[in-house]
Amino acid sequence: MKLELARVVRGTGRLGVLRGLGRTAQHSLEVPGCLLYTHLGAVPHLTQDTLHTLSSLPSVTQVTLSNIAEHQEVLEEFKDGFRKFAGLHDTLLYCSLHDSAAPCPTGYTTNKTVSVWGSGGRIELTVAKFMALQKAVQPDWYQSMADGETWQNNTSRKRVRKSVDRTLAHLDECLLAHQNSQELEGVEVFGVVEGGDIPEERVRSARETAKRPVAGFCLDGLQTGSMDQALRTQLIAAVTKELPEEKPRLLQGVGRPDEVLACVEVGVDLFESFFPFQVTERGCALCFSFNISLDPERAGRALPAVLELNEDERDTAGETQHNGDVSLDDQTRMTSFEMNLKDKRYHDDFRPLVEGCGCYCCKNHQRAYLHHLLVTNELLAGVLLTIHNTAHYQGFFSALREAVAGDKLDILRRRVLRERKE
Amino acid sequence: MAAAVVACGAGTHHTSESQMPLKKALSAASPLTLRIVAECSVTKARACDLILPHSAVSTPVFMPVGTQGTLKGITVDQLEGLGCQICLGNTYHLGMRPGPDLITKANGLHGFMNWGRNLLTDSGGFQMVSLVELSEVTEEGVKFKSPYDDKEILLSPEKSISIQNSLGSDIMMQLDDVVSSTVTGPRVEEAMHRSIRWLDRCIAANKNPNKQNLFAIIQGGLNADLRKACLDEMTRRDVPGFAIGGLSGGEEKDDFWRMVTLSTDHLPREKPRYLMGVGYAVDLVVCVALGCDMFDCVFPTRTARFGSALVPWGSLQVKHKQYAKDFQPIDPDCQCPTCKRHTRAYLHALFKSDTAAMHHITIHNIAYQLTLMRSVRQSIVEDRLPEFIRTFMKRMFPSRDQYPGWAVDALASVNVTVE
Repeated sequence: MKLELARVVRGTGRLGVLRGLGRTAQHSLEVPGCLLYTHLGAVPHLTQDTLHTLSSLPSVTQVTLSNIAEHQEVLEEFKDGFRKFAGLHDTLLYCSLHDSAAPCPTGYTTNKTVSVWGSGGRIELTVAKFMALQKAVQPDWYQSMADGETWQNNTSRKRVRKSVDRTLAHLDECLLAHQNSQELEGVEVFGVVEGGDIPEERVRSARETAKRPVAGFCLDGLQTGSMDQALRTQLIAAVTKELPEEKPRLLQGVGRPDEVLACVEVGVDLFESFFPFQVTERGCALCFSFNISLDPERAGRALPAVLELNEDERDTAGETQHNGDVSLDDQTRMTSFEMNLKDKRYHDDFRPLVEGCGCYCCKNHQRAYLHHLLVTNELLAGVLLTIHNTAHYQGFFSALREAVAGDKLDILRRRVLRERKE
Repeated sequence: MAAAVVACGAGTHHTSESQMPLKKALSAASPLTLRIVAECSVTKARACDLILPHSAVSTPVFMPVGTQGTLKGITVDQLEGLGCQICLGNTYHLGMRPGPDLITKANGLHGFMNWGRNLLTDSGGFQMVSLVELSEVTEEGVKFKSPYDDKEILLSPEKSISIQNSLGSDIMMQLDDVVSSTVTGPRVEEAMHRSIRWLDRCIAANKNPNKQNLFAIIQGGLNADLRKACLDEMTRRDVPGFAIGGLSGGEEKDDFWRMVTLSTDHLPREKPRYLMGVGYAVDLVVCVALGCDMFDCVFPTRTARFGSALVPWGSLQVKHKQYAKDFQPIDPDCQCPTCKRHTRAYLHALFKSDTAAMHHITIHNIAYQLTLMRSVRQSIVEDRLPEFIRTFMKRMFPSRDQYPGWAVDALASVNVTVE
């Protein structure tokens, strides 16, 4: 795996392509970018037919051990790895520990183990079991085992230090087992940077992890809900200073467009895409504008339908925070980047979710129909919203790359945050 | 093997004893043509092309049920991809939410759900009786309390047709007085007569006879005389098609098939026959042999969501532990998108993680139903239905003594012996 950086500007992000991905080294992934979020290899609600109505999908699919661990025996008997087991063909597989959209209870981590929660409850993982799972999954990359329990506010310095130490110890053990495993030849390991909200611990974790033969870095414990963006930005900036330029940085647990923008600026390359899933689950559709190719003179009047809609949304979404102010509240709460299709006002709205959107949902269905599907609890609502929200989110990342390339991150931020420059 | 082309709606004028004027329906040619492609030389089965306003339908046909303007988690493109030519919408549900006014604005149910092929809507009466506890049937119609706002609502024949006119379905069903098939006595007779009177009111109420076909529903419970009387009376009306109603409600299968075969004996050859609420594979195959053309049932899609996949040997409970390490497709011979890509083991695991698992089984089950009906049709066209039935039964049941007695009797009545 090699990250070819086309452009690195402090404060405006890193633009590049990850090449030589996968065991056959023929895939690539543009950064800044995101992975494809799945439940056990399936994008939530979608079959492969509905998924492939989407034209540009990330080349890397994310699966989590929290979903997979309970199927270890099955995968071991299957022998051909998770990708084939799940009927996935042309995609790379990245295996992470937890599902960022399903936070797990704390208090179960020990010196030697971490726990994941599957459908049947808690499964305790030692490094040995963790590595046995990786051998059964046969991903292209995986996140090494980590003690990620220090994201909560007021975690003591002692606990944070312990988490950094344990995570490094897990990494060393994982790497040792990895190097002795034929099954994992050609598979890449991402080291995990911990350190809670303590800058010195963050730096120590980054520095030490960077000394190990890892292919990239997972930045853990910085997720939405654990801290505000100012602190997150500060911590990430401190961490990325310690990391080698040529290796990718994946930020876990952050998906809101405003936060993604801020994190890209301090050197994050990759994100998970659980955010559109969360939006779907609350019956909402992403509708924020990210079009930066417009004439700046007219920018304020760009995409009238969308802007007008966001205006409307501002009234009813009164509880939601304004313009990127980060709430430490529940992640399931609606944000200002989406429209609530359960709202009665969409009952007779025959427009597509987002005017000009080319996704299957917007090309074939109207807000009124989605509203109907949601109020009648029909399963198709989740299917169509997932298609739209995934397409919209991918479109945002595409605009993000364009903005980094063209020095337009400021314009993009204003567009995303709906700031008007009159 | 006979082939005939019969255009419906051009039949001769029947005199009616009814008080209701029939002129309106009779004066217009109905928007339906039934072309009989083949008739079985042994049984009463036939293969037809049913030409409806939105597209042609090859019969015998199974019609999946899309109750609220959507087929449980399946997109219209997927449904089309499976070869579905007609599906159902429920008038009761759609009349409540989103309501006929909105659907009118959306260019009918076709426009609302963006479905370019045919739709059949029921009258709403069945749901009223089965879902709504506080309902009361009078000559006017069915009175019930809305489950959403407790308002008292009257579903009259006129109201039912008015909603169905708004929905714009290719086939509408008359409002009938539905009595549970296990009820006996004078109530059955009353319901039968009332259904005839309501049919006349429905015919008179249809605002789009040139675009929407109205089917009559034969009632009469499990009483052969009442069924016959209803058949006599209803077949005098020049409706474009007939449904056999009031069955499939928990009655003895021996009664069920006798009522079906009595009905097809007396229904006009040149019009489609729709057996309501039937969808189990054995029932479908037997009732095709008895002369039915169209079927609908929520069973294949409902059972899918519980993890039950339909296969030629019955069903397969994907969620059962025994499939956790079974790396075959649900049915190795099935050509559906689910079977072409996924194993029983993966679907078993996915049921624990995501609703996509249900969609996979739903797709498979619809594919199973549609494929079964296409095979039945092909065997009729090639005049080898009896052989098809024998092979089908052998595959479905492990041994001869497990064949349901009613099916053996029903098949014997149309000269098919299953050994």
